[in-house]
This record gives sequence, C-alpha cells and structure tokens, in this order.
Amino acid sequence: MRFMYIVTSPQPMTGPTPALMEAMGKLAEREIKAGRMIDNGGLMPLQQGARVSIVGGKLGVTDGPFVEAKEVIGGYAIFELRDKAEALAMAKEFMQLHLDHLPGWEGTCELRAFASPGVDIGCEIKSPAHA
Amino acid sequence: MTAADIHAAILAAWRIEQPRLITSLSRMLRDVPLAEELTQDALVAALEDWPKSGVPERPGAWLMATAKRRALDHLRRGKMLTRKHEMLALDFEREQQAMPDFDASLDDDIGDEMLRLIFTACHPLLSRAARAALALRMICGLTTQEIARAFLIPEAAVSQRIVRAKRTLSESGLAYETPRGEELSERLASVLEVVYLVFNEGYTAARGDEWHRPQLCNEALRLGRMLTAIAPLEPETHALLALMELNASRSAARTDANGDIVLLMDQNRARWDRLQIGRGMRLLKQARALGGGAGFYALQAAIVACHARANGADDTDWRAIAGLYEELLALVHSPVIELNRAVAVGMADGPGAGLALVDGLVDEPALKGYHLLPTVRGDFLERLGRHDEASAAFESAAQLTANKREQEMLRRRAATAKNATQR
Repeated sequence: MRFMYIVTSPQPMTGPTPALMEAMGKLAEREIKAGRMIDNGGLMPLQQGARVSIVGGKLGVTDGPFVEAKEVIGGYAIFELRDKAEALAMAKEFMQLHLDHLPGWEGTCELRAFASPGVDIGCEIKSPAHA
Repeated sequence: MTAADIHAAILAAWRIEQPRLITSLSRMLRDVPLAEELTQDALVAALEDWPKSGVPERPGAWLMATAKRRALDHLRRGKMLTRKHEMLALDFEREQQAMPDFDASLDDDIGDEMLRLIFTACHPLLSRAARAALALRMICGLTTQEIARAFLIPEAAVSQRIVRAKRTLSESGLAYETPRGEELSERLASVLEVVYLVFNEGYTAARGDEWHRPQLCNEALRLGRMLTAIAPLEPETHALLALMELNASRSAARTDANGDIVLLMDQNRARWDRLQIGRGMRLLKQARALGGGAGFYALQAAIVACHARANGADDTDWRAIAGLYEELLALVHSPVIELNRAVAVGMADGPGAGLALVDGLVDEPALKGYHLLPTVRGDFLERLGRHDEASAAFESAAQLTANKREQEMLRRRAATAKNATQR
C-alpha cells in the first residue's frame, strides 16, 4: 500500500533545528535503504507558490499576496508499506523525532492511502462487460 | 484498541526495526542464525509486555535494548563463553556504559550491514526455496505463518526449511562479510535470482485460486528498492527493479472484476500505472548508464518496456522484442526464452512463422509439462483457423497448470475454439 504523509502546523514555519534535521536525515536514509520510502520533501510557504481555482464556473488565479494561512503544509513523504499498522508506526516514529528535537512545536502528520489503480474511485467510466 | 490492533501495531514496529536488530546482533555474536533467533525473542517479549504496558514511546530502542540484552545473556552463558566471546561481552558492556543511549549507537552505515545480511540469507549454499524463505523472514520480517500463506505451503514445511537453512549457515562457518571482486557478481546473481523468484511467485502464482498475489510482489519490489539503494553501482540491481516495476505496473489490468485473467493483448492500458512505468523506465536507463544494458535483467526489462511504450498490440514493436529475445538467448540458452521469442516472431511475421518455431520445441525435455507451450501453440493454431487443433492444445494446457484461474481461462479458450469449428 502506498501512503502519503502530509505534515501541517498552525505555527509559522521556522525551519527544523539542526538536531531535528539530523534525526530526520537518519530516518530517511534508513527508510530509503529499507526500500520503504519512495519520495519526500519539504514545501515552501504558499507565498512562493500560487492558487488556481474554479468558482462559479470561472477559472481564477491567486498569485499572492496571501493572508497568513491557518495551517501550513511543511512537507510530505511517500511510502510503500505493508499495511496501515506499519504506516501508523512510521508516522509515530517521525513525529516522536519532532517531540524530541523541536520543543514547543505543534503540528499534525496526516497519512493517506493512495487509491490503487485497480480500485475505482469514481472518475473512471466503466465500459460494459463484453462476452 | 482491540487485541488484534495491538498485535498489528507490535508487529509493525518490530518489522521496521528488525533488520537493524539482526545486523547489530550479528556483529556482536558473529552468528547470523543465532542473531535472528534472539531477534525473534525480542518480538516475543514485546508481544508479552506491550499489551500490558502499552507500546513504548521509542519502540525501536526498546526492541534493540531487549535484543542486545538477550545477546549479552547468551554470551555470558555456559559453553558459548569462550575467551573471545568474553572479550566481546566486555567490550560491549563498556560501550553500553559510555553510551547508554541506544539511539546514539545507530549504525553509521546501514547499507553495508544490510548488504552483508542479504548476502548471508541468499547464500548459494542454500536452495532457492530456502533462500527465498530466509530473505522473507530475515529481511522483510515476515512470520513463518505469513510465508507459508504466501507460498501456499504448510507452516511446518516452511519452519523446517528455515531451521535447516539456518543450520547449514551455522555449520558452514561462513564469514559474515560482503563479498568483493569477482565473487561479488556471482553472489549478487544469487540474491537477484531469489528476489525475482519471490516476485514471480506473486505475479503469476504457480498454484492456488488466485492468479496474482500482490503481497509477494510488494515484498520483492521492496527488496529490489533496497538493493538499488545499498548497491547503487551494480547495473543489474537497477535492471531487476526496472523489470519488476514495469511488470507490476500492469497489475490492475491483469484481472477483471471477477478475478479472471485478462491477457496482455486484451488489457485496458489506461489501467496501467503510469507512475510505475516512469520509474521502471528511469531505472532501465540507469542500468544502461552503468554499462549494463545487455545484462540478463536489463534485456528482459527492455522487452517489457517495449510493451509499456505501446498503445496496443498493433502498435508494439514486435521485431525489436524478437531481437531482444535473441540477445537474451545468446546470454542464457533456455527453451522458455525460445518459446517467448516464438511469440514475438509470430506477432512480427505471422502465426505460421511462430508455429514453426514452437513445433521445433515440442520435444524439448525442459518444456515437458510446461503449460505455456500448448497455450502458445493453441494461440497460433487459432489464428491460422485450425480451430480443432487449437481447442485440443488449450485443453492439454489446462491439464498442465495447477493455477485455478489459468485453468478456467484455458478451458474458456478451448470452448471458444471448439465453437468456431462448428460454425
């Protein structure tokens, strides 16, 4: 099962401490070498990005300035894991590092299972079964 | 949390830590099978303690401490306490006093340690089946029960296989080290072979009710990723992973809603996993960049890549595929590869040309009892309009396979061919 981890925090992004960076680096190395981590990365604030949305049948682009967002997405990771229990264990280990190395920080790590191509999630039009 | 949830959580935490537990203990004890056993003991301890005390904050550190304590006890105990072990134990205790934090003693190079462990589990001294069982157990952390379920064999048979394999390793007095130089490529081949065996058992199950058992494919893919990460300069590790990713990209399209088999030519290619194809293509490119484009796995990956690139059977470069099979044949002479080449030639030059090649293989002893030979023959005969003979070929193929889904599909094809005769 493929999982995406999204880390969000209500606090303004200050960047990880060197100790956290080192701990996360070690974890990432272990997970890549264990064949479990497929990809990961930190995300810059929305200020450096943009928003393209559709409202009322119209395409709209918001290219800043943005009002300070309530939740900042700080980073993501993609893992290939056996089951949800393994995914949970991984998220807890990752968050424990923040607890240990970034005192005072608050945030959430959300884990989401990928829809596998075999599972219809409502956007595929089924052709009638043929004989 | 229910008891089952706690059990799953414990197993998950243990699996994440397990390879490092084994490598650390192997270094302490200089004995991989013993290290594996004591690692299992740490799991048993967790299964006893954690339901009462709760999962610790740092489950990995808990497991490591427990496993190391067991190893120390073992070193201290009875007959095993030779002078060498005594010194080892002493060193270790000093190390523990100086560094009580287990996290701090994390291995500096997990890669080298893992590689050493994989080379031990997949030692050519062991049979292929034993290597597969040991790799799944020691590197993927599967339980004996899970391995038995995955291969559809009795649990007792698996545990016996593992016990025997471990005894062979212990008695052989093998050095726990990474092979170098010429020995490396030979030993690496033995590892890759096992990974591919695990993948294939999942991809086209030899037995059972389901044609496809994704769990084994996923374990093999994980092992493959591990190998590319810890042995990044070996072209064949990238090529094998490319081959597996490209094959696995078709998983969702290989069976229909009823679990029945859909053959490559009939698959809905929109259901192929494009991300996975992209990964496979990049890996193949990497293997070529490392000078391994003509390797055993690279050639096979190149064949699958031809399919991945095409929009359908008509759009497939069958001549290129036939050429790649020819290259593969020059590398390893195998009747199975000749049979595959016949399929490609049949697509490039017509069913007559393909059938001529297949008929040349009928008396091949290695293909006696191989159900794909009559399957391919049936396919060519069908396309040549020789429906009676085609039906008979599919029927004999159905009798040769032990997989239920495959049997059903072949019986369907036999019936279709028979109906065509009567028309």
